[in-house]
Amino acid sequence: MNDVPALEVSELSFAYAGEPVLDAISLAIAAGEFAVLLGPNGAGKTTLFSLITRLHDRRRGDIRIGGHDVRRHASQAHAHIGVVFQQPTLDLDLSVAQNLAYHGALHGMGPGEARRRGARQLERVGLAEQRRTRVRRLSGGQRRRVEIARGLMHEPRLLLLDEPSVGLDIASRRELVEHAHRLCAEEGVAVLWATHLIDEVRPGDRVLILHRGRLLADDRAEALVAGLGVADLGAAFDRLTT
Amino acid sequence: MNPISWLHCLRGVVGRELLRFLHQRSRFLAALVRPLIWLFVFATGFRMALGVAMTAPYQTYILYEVYIVPGLVAMIQLFNGMQSSLSMVYDREMGSMRVLLVSPFPRWYLLICKLLASTLVSMVQVYVFLAIAWVYGIKAPPLGYLYILPALLMTGFMVGALGLLLSTFVRQLENFAGVMNFVIFPMFFLSSALYPLWRIREGSYLVYQIASLNPFTYAVETIRFALYERFNGEAALISVAVTLVLLALAILGYNPSRGMLARKGRGGD
Repeated sequence: MNDVPALEVSELSFAYAGEPVLDAISLAIAAGEFAVLLGPNGAGKTTLFSLITRLHDRRRGDIRIGGHDVRRHASQAHAHIGVVFQQPTLDLDLSVAQNLAYHGALHGMGPGEARRRGARQLERVGLAEQRRTRVRRLSGGQRRRVEIARGLMHEPRLLLLDEPSVGLDIASRRELVEHAHRLCAEEGVAVLWATHLIDEVRPGDRVLILHRGRLLADDRAEALVAGLGVADLGAAFDRLTT
Repeated sequence: MNPISWLHCLRGVVGRELLRFLHQRSRFLAALVRPLIWLFVFATGFRMALGVAMTAPYQTYILYEVYIVPGLVAMIQLFNGMQSSLSMVYDREMGSMRVLLVSPFPRWYLLICKLLASTLVSMVQVYVFLAIAWVYGIKAPPLGYLYILPALLMTGFMVGALGLLLSTFVRQLENFAGVMNFVIFPMFFLSSALYPLWRIREGSYLVYQIASLNPFTYAVETIRFALYERFNGEAALISVAVTLVLLALAILGYNPSRGMLARKGRGGD
C-alpha cells in the first residue's frame, strides 16, 4: 500500500461566483513526505483544504486520500485525514483530555482507546503534563501542539496544516516546523503544510507554489532556486509570482 | 465502522454539549430566568385580566399561570434550539463545526447527534423550570412529567432542525440576531403558547389563522396534553411531520455538494 500516494489531486478546479479560485491543480504527496504549500493570502490554500476535507465539493477533478476517492468513499477518505485548521478549533473551557476524547469519539473510539491514543500523542508533543489543564490556560504554541496531537490520534496517512504558525512566536514556530518534519520521518505521515511565510521552508523540503489558484512550481526548494538562477527561495517566489 | 463506534460518536457529541453547558452557567441562568419572569411577572399580572375557561386537557377552570406553563416549556426549547444553531454559525466561524464535519461518520448522522445533544440540554432546562413551577404551586399529575419526555424530544428536534436550516442561510452572527427576531418572536407569540386558540379567534380571526398554521402551536399542544396525561394525536402527528421535513431540509442544507453551505463563504459556483 505504500506506493499509493497519501494525497492525490488531479485536475482540480473550483470557481466561486464565476471567478476561478483553483485552476486545474494536480499534485501527489507520498507517504512520509513533507510538502510546503506556499502562497500569499487569497492564493486558494484554504479552499484547497476545504475541498480535500470535503467541507464543500462543488468542483471538477478528483481527490483521493490513500487511494480513496473523497466523494465516493467519503468515510474511508476522512478516516485517513488529520487536520489542523487555520482557526483554533479547541473548546477553550474543556480540558486537553476532554478535547481529545471528543475527537476520539468522532472517530468512533471508546473512552479507553481515546485516552490511550491521546496520551501517546500528547507525550510526542511534550504536553503529557497538561492533560488535565483547561485549554484556555495554554499558550498559543501549546494549543497548536494539542491540535496536532488531536489530528494524529486516529493515525491518519495525511496531516493537513493550514497556516498553523499564525500568531505564534519565532521559537514556537520553529518547534512546530521541526515537529512536523519528525512526524514524516518517524511515523511515515504525509504532511501538507500551507503557509505564506517563506522562512518556514527548510532545505530539502518539497515546495508547491500556489498563486491565484494555479500551481506555479512543484520541486525541492534548492532545485527551484537553481532552476530559476536566483539567490534564494524568496527571489524565486517573486520571480514566479510577478 | 461497527455499531459500537456509532454509539461512541453519539456519546462524544452529547458529552461535549453537556460539558459545555455545565461550563456556561450564565447561559443556564439566562435560560431559566426568561421563562420564570414570564411565569412570575407576566402571568401574575394577566391572572386578573384573563381567566381560562375549561378546555381540554384541563378538567377544571384554571389560572392563567397554569395555562402558560407548557408554552413556556416550549419557549425554553425554542430559545435553546436557536441558541444552539447560533453557536453553529459561531462554531463555523471559529472552526469547531469543521471538526465535527471532518469526522468519517456520515454527515446526516453527525447532525442528528448534534441535534440530540442540544435537545437533551434543553430538557435539563425544562425539568429544572418545571421543578421551580411545582414549588410555586403549579403541579401537573406525576405521570405527566414522564409523558412529556417524547414530546420534549420531538419539540427539541423541531426547533433544532429549524435552527440548523437557518444557520445554512446565515453567514454572520450579526445577521443571526435579525433572524432571531423574525423567527423566535413570531413563532412564540403567534401560537397557542400564551393564549388558547379560541381566545385568539375572538380577538382576531387573521391571527387565529396564522396561529393555526404555526407548527409551534402543535408542539405546545402536544406538550400541554402530555403534561396532563393526555395524548393529542392531531398535534403530535403534525409536529412529527414538520420535524421530519425540517430535519430533511437541514441535512440537505449541510450536504457538501447540493446544499446551501456550498454557496457560502468560499463555496459554490
